Parts: sequence; C-alpha cells; structure tokens
Amino acid sequence: MYVAVKGGERAIDNAHALLAERRRGNRDVAELTVEQIRNQLPLAVDRVMTEGSVYDPELAALALKQASGDAVEAIFLLRAYRTTLPRFGYSEPLNTETMQIERRISGTFKDLPGGQTLGATYDYTHRLLDFALLAEGETPPSLETDSAPLEPCPRVLELLNSEGLIEQSPKNDERPRDITREPVDYPAERAVRLQNLVRGDEGFLLSLSYASMRGYGDSHPFAGEIRSGQVTVELVPEELGFPVVIGEIVLTECEMVNQFHGSKTEPPQFTRGYGVSFGYNERKAMTVALMERALRADELGEAVNFPTQDQEFVLSHTDCVSANGFVSHLKLPHYVDFQSELEMIRRLRREAGKQENNAPASAVEEKTV
Amino acid sequence: MSASTAPVETAARQHWMAVLARADSAQLDTRWQALNLQPEYQFIRQPEIGLTMLRGRVGGSGSPFNMGEMTLTRCALRLTCGTLGVAYIAGRNKQHALTAALVDALLQDGSYHDRLQSELIEPLAAIYKKNCAARDAKTRATQVQFFTMVRGED
Repeated sequence: MYVAVKGGERAIDNAHALLAERRRGNRDVAELTVEQIRNQLPLAVDRVMTEGSVYDPELAALALKQASGDAVEAIFLLRAYRTTLPRFGYSEPLNTETMQIERRISGTFKDLPGGQTLGATYDYTHRLLDFALLAEGETPPSLETDSAPLEPCPRVLELLNSEGLIEQSPKNDERPRDITREPVDYPAERAVRLQNLVRGDEGFLLSLSYASMRGYGDSHPFAGEIRSGQVTVELVPEELGFPVVIGEIVLTECEMVNQFHGSKTEPPQFTRGYGVSFGYNERKAMTVALMERALRADELGEAVNFPTQDQEFVLSHTDCVSANGFVSHLKLPHYVDFQSELEMIRRLRREAGKQENNAPASAVEEKTV
Repeated sequence: MSASTAPVETAARQHWMAVLARADSAQLDTRWQALNLQPEYQFIRQPEIGLTMLRGRVGGSGSPFNMGEMTLTRCALRLTCGTLGVAYIAGRNKQHALTAALVDALLQDGSYHDRLQSELIEPLAAIYKKNCAARDAKTRATQVQFFTMVRGED
C-alpha cells in the first residue's frame, strides 16, 4: 500500500538539477556529443538498441548520454520513447545468409566455404590497459586491405545437413506472436521465446548460460557459426504492395550445435540453438543461442531439471526494465506497510513476554504462527 | 528477394527506391539541390516517423519471429500530373523521406527519368557500391589463412 505524500516537489526539482550538473561533470572538460557516443562507444550503443528493442543508433546514443552511461536506465528511456511512435507494419523476414559479412567464425569446422574472417574483434587482444589511449593525440593504425572479392558464406550448419546429421529448422510462414502486443502464455512457442530472449538482459542471460554449461542444465554446445555484418531490410508498403529496401542494419547471429541422443521418434542427431542481436554484440547473440536451446528441453523430450530449462522461470525474468522497476519500487514510500509490521512485531513480543511468565514455551510458538 | 520475379517496371522502381533509401541523407540532399527542380506536389502522407517490427527467421532460415523494432520515416505525395511518389526510409530524417518520395515520383515521369537516373541514382548507387567494397577490403584482410604444423617424427 502506498500513501500519497506531499512536500517533495522542491527537493525533486533540485535533485534533478543536481543530476544534470553531475551528468555534465567538470565544465573545464569538453561536453560529450551524441555523435561521439555513437561513433566511439558503439558497443554500448548496440546493447541499448538490442535490449531497448529499437534499432536506432542515434537514439540509443542519446539515451546513454541522458542516463550518464547507465545501460539499464538508457534501455528504459528507449523503451519509453518507442511507445510514442506509430507502428508501420512488419518487415519481410531478414535474409541473413546474404549478409555483407564483417566477421564470420566457426568453432566446429576449420575450413569452410567463404573462410573464417575475424573482423574487428577483442579476441586475441592481451587485455593489457593501453596507456596510449590515455595520452593525447592519436596515431591511426596502418590498415591492410585485400580487394579480392569475398566468397559467398553459406550457413555452416548446412554442411551437416547434407549428411542429415542435424535437425532442420522447421519452416512455416505463420504470423509469429508479437510479445509487444500480446501477453506470453506458457508453454511459449519458439518464436515467442526468441523474441523475449533477444530483448532480455545480457548479464542475466550470460549467467544463466554459464550455469547451464557448468552443469545446472545440459548445454555444452559448439559454436557452429557466428557472423556479423550488414543486412538489408525490406518491407511491403501498403501503398505499393511489393517489397522495397528501406536500408541496412548491422546484426550479429550465432548458431550453436548441441548433442541430442535421440528419442522414440528421432534418431541421434545434432540440434540447434539460435541467437541474434543488433549491432556487433556477439556475447549477447551467443547467450541467446545457449538459452534458446536450453529452453527447448521440453519440446525435445529432455528432462527439465534445472531453472535454466524452465521457460517460465527464465522468460518472466529476462526483462531488465521490469526487473529494475520491481527492485526500484522498494524505494517508494512503504510507510504504512512498515508501520503495521512494526506494530505487529511489537505486539507479538509483548504477548510472548506476557506468556513466558505464565505458560510453557510451546504455547507461545502456536500463538505466533 | 522478389525483385527477380517482379515485372521489369517494378524491379526498376525497387532498384531506385533501394538506392534512395541507402543513400547518405546529406549526399542525397546536396545532389537533389544541385538539380534545382521545384516540382509541385500534394502530400498524401506528410513525412512521418514510426517503427517497423523486424522479422528474423529461427536458425536464420526457419519460421519467422519478431526480432525487435527499428525506426523509419515514410512519406507519400502526388505530383500535379497525378504520379504517386512513395518513400520508406530507415531512421528519422523527414527531409530524406520527402526528397526520396519526390524523386520516386519524378523518376516515373518520362521527362525527368533519364536526368535523375544519371545525375542522382547512378552516382548514389556508385557511392554505395564503393563503400561496400571498401568495407569488404578491410574485412578480407582479417581472413585466416590456416596452415597445419606437423609435430613429432611420424
């Protein structure tokens, strides 16, 4: 129960002014522009877009600036903004196979059609602080280029498909349920689980993936393929009736390969877990793929023994805006609730004290239940 | 996607609409201004910012799912001759959508088509192609050339 409490207006106004001053920081230091955030903190921008569930690098950078760099607050701002915009329908399903590849690796096959391409990655860096970045002025790195054309990069897991050793991704063109429009029912269908996971909190999903790989689950797969690059977006405008390109977005995709020992109806084969994220967020794409597969336990007839395999446990706690909201609500005035609990504890202690003088201890316990 | 199966006229329109959508807003504006065309038109839809829900496919090629939204701006207008121009452009630049809708309409008009094609669409398409090739060249340099180390006697 909450009680309307008045008298905080001045304090709140001043607190917001103080926040603005702190966000600006030392005025002897140049102000950070949204364009700088967008260009120089692109991975922070990608996370805000993915969990904010709106692809717009400029808005995500603005949200980060406004939130003083707090990712969860920035995600909340972006989610709030999206509710002010009209929806112009749905895109055509993206064709990620024809992505303009900027990175593509596989942990399952060394030699692949199209090859392994590292792109811009923190892998293989020494994780030593680079004090050159602390110094003023920059020395642009000398960049090698190779103008030989990139070969087409077919999906790695299709290599297993030719031998029939991996399950097919079921394909139908039914309209998938949209969790921004309809509530989730359990058990949830695969499209709903995936939509939920893609916008889910990266830290939560990373830890759950870690747990499921360590033994609280049965998920220790191979990274079949990870790819990042530019993907063309098409939609069918209602005025035209044919698809048109509206632009390009950057996506990262991950496909995990898991063992499956077979069931009464299925022979032993590999199964898949699929993940995707906006921008170059590879960690997120991998955790989505891991959890996507873990949550298929039910559908594949595997025992559901751990929370990591429990749809309702995982999917109802992935959203950082909901989670943050519920934890933050504890900051609201609970004065009346707390007063009543305080009163009850005092009364129980009074009664216990009274009975200690003239009754056995068991009777006291019964009274306090 | 369906570009290959659509009739030629639609395919041509899809092509220039794609070029206009992919163009850098500032570059499109500069080139449009340089043409110095002032066609009269009426709005059917004022430039309007909204969202579209992006659909992906499970496993990249399976059934569709909703991935998340993106911002886009749309605009529809009619030239005084009656030709309809439409634009749906990623992002939130209303001027970009308006210019693209105007160019889409004028490109359907025989008296403007060739000039717009050669002075606007072809140069913008060339810039896009050049940017893609530059990105590819940097990516290609990070491709791994595996070789196997032989260890031991056998």
